[in-house]
Amino acid sequence: MATNTQIPVADRRVPVIAPGHTFSTITEKISAIVLSRPISLGWIFGFLVVFALMNVLMVALGYLFIKGTGIWGINIPIGWGFAIVNFVWWIGIGHAGTLISAILALLRQTWRNSINRFAEAMTLFAVACAGIFPLAHMGRPWLAYWMFPYPNTMRYWPNFRSPLVWDVFAVSTYFTISLVFWFVGLIPDLATLRDKAESKLVQRIYGLLAMGWRGSAKHWHRYETAYLLLAGLATPLVLSVHTVVSFDSAVGIVPGWHTTIFPPYFVAGAIYSGFAMVLCLAIPIRAIYKLEDFITMRHLETSAKVMLATGLIVAYGYGMEAFMGWYSGTQSDSFLLWNRLHGPYRFVYAALLACNIFIPQVLWLKKFRVSTGWLWLISFVVLVGMWLERFIIVVVSLSRDFLTSSWGQYYPTKWDWMTYAGTIGLFLTAMWLFVRILPMISIFELRTLLPESHVQEAAEVKQ
Amino acid sequence: MTNSTSTRDASISDSSIYGLMAEFDSAQALMDAAHKTHEAGYHEIDAYSPFPIEGLAEAIGFHKNSVALVVLIGALIGGISAYALQYWVAVITYPVNVGGRPFHSWPSFIIVTFELTILFGGLSAAIGMLVLNGLPMPYHPVFNVPEFAQCSENKFFLVVFSSDPKYDPAATRSFLNGLAPRMIAEVPS
Repeated sequence: MATNTQIPVADRRVPVIAPGHTFSTITEKISAIVLSRPISLGWIFGFLVVFALMNVLMVALGYLFIKGTGIWGINIPIGWGFAIVNFVWWIGIGHAGTLISAILALLRQTWRNSINRFAEAMTLFAVACAGIFPLAHMGRPWLAYWMFPYPNTMRYWPNFRSPLVWDVFAVSTYFTISLVFWFVGLIPDLATLRDKAESKLVQRIYGLLAMGWRGSAKHWHRYETAYLLLAGLATPLVLSVHTVVSFDSAVGIVPGWHTTIFPPYFVAGAIYSGFAMVLCLAIPIRAIYKLEDFITMRHLETSAKVMLATGLIVAYGYGMEAFMGWYSGTQSDSFLLWNRLHGPYRFVYAALLACNIFIPQVLWLKKFRVSTGWLWLISFVVLVGMWLERFIIVVVSLSRDFLTSSWGQYYPTKWDWMTYAGTIGLFLTAMWLFVRILPMISIFELRTLLPESHVQEAAEVKQ
Repeated sequence: MTNSTSTRDASISDSSIYGLMAEFDSAQALMDAAHKTHEAGYHEIDAYSPFPIEGLAEAIGFHKNSVALVVLIGALIGGISAYALQYWVAVITYPVNVGGRPFHSWPSFIIVTFELTILFGGLSAAIGMLVLNGLPMPYHPVFNVPEFAQCSENKFFLVVFSSDPKYDPAATRSFLNGLAPRMIAEVPS
């Protein structure tokens, strides 16, 4: 929430909002995408594609519920296959949304105001996709409520010493708080849509959602306190979620998992992939909906820098894993390193190093940071790389642990791929609908970026 | 603003009027007007703007809100009940001996305690803010003024409620006129 009285664009960098805008033009431009822009053939075609992809998920899950997890490539020793790889990947992608909306709000980074709304939506949809995997992996998903502590006739309770139970609490809290944070941020904009809507029905729908918001000074006062506190609560939360996800592995004794570097390294990786997804979405959206005035090169370049920085933290994590493989002197740890470099999954590991460490280094050059084409491509590469990282962590570690007699190989089946592709379809379907039914940029927060929104503390009026 | 009913009953002529609304062009104009109105002795007033304006709530005499207290209480309830639940489950009602580790293995309980602290705190922030604001409230007298629809876009409004002891239809109107508003409208209740 930008309540600082400085004009945030008073430096020589590209401004966070193009000059010449007024309260009306901002409102008009963003609300028109929802209220009056006609639905184009391109939108419909794209929607059909992503909706079809989402139905691939429905088929894959439907068959899974009939047959059981045997249709997947998982086996013993590799009991955690694509399901956990994709779960961690999606949860990680969600992290950038909360980072942008909460942490950057606390740090008073006003440039976040034009990308926080859709980044938060991205978080919600990504966490929804992530949530499907542990449920599906359970084998009997209709008993998922057993994970929660509730009085039952079996007189059974969850084991609170287990990281898997911590995960239930971390992920469900994360989803709930993200949803609440997102909705609270939407309320004033829903009121704008209510007031600008032409048709009675649209007015009613947005009016119901806006709950009678009328912009009273007292309301804003409480609103800002609540928003700030939500940001303050969401900040440790987002750092905790991937920490807890990493505990799922780190608390176990499997080589490659049992390490204290996991929590920070997972969180950095999460933000890395999350910003990559933000860029992958923002670049086409700003081009299609002509939002270059609000999502300027400054936003893209700053996101690229965040990606570069978190990518280097991830690189440090890889380096430290390799170092510990050698320095620990433990046979299982040094074998893990050898196995990654020379074992059956060596090509995956090589691709991982290329995607996550080597290729993103071009972001040091301004030329790549300010070219939307290159930036999109690099972000895509990072998304692939972060998926490969989770694959390496989950599959390679499990495939060859301490006992050679229990080594195994993992091959994903077509159902694994269909489930994965299907969640991408679900994510894109949700995004596709979101950009047309809710304001994808926070209108009222953009208004606060204009110089006209800053008032003198009117001391001279007090005579 | 909710205690307007008592004064409304007192004078029948005012019973259909919720207050007087003045419209302003800029945030600065609203801020100055709010200050002047409050200093002129009107205390049952409210200001409306399309975005949060720092200091505006203070200008109309609203200094502290209790959202933070609500969040603190909510977060404490969340944290304490989470720890209590885990203690009760792991020590009292369903103790499981895992490798001889103590039943009250408190380090394992930190995470769920933390998560539920955040969950309850966050929900209290959102629900507390809405409840204290009296929302949801789909109908409100200010919406009766057609110009008010622009309050969510680019216009700024100040309302003096008829429940204010100093409120007088003619005197208040001429006072508001002195603040150079774009227009003044009666708000039917």
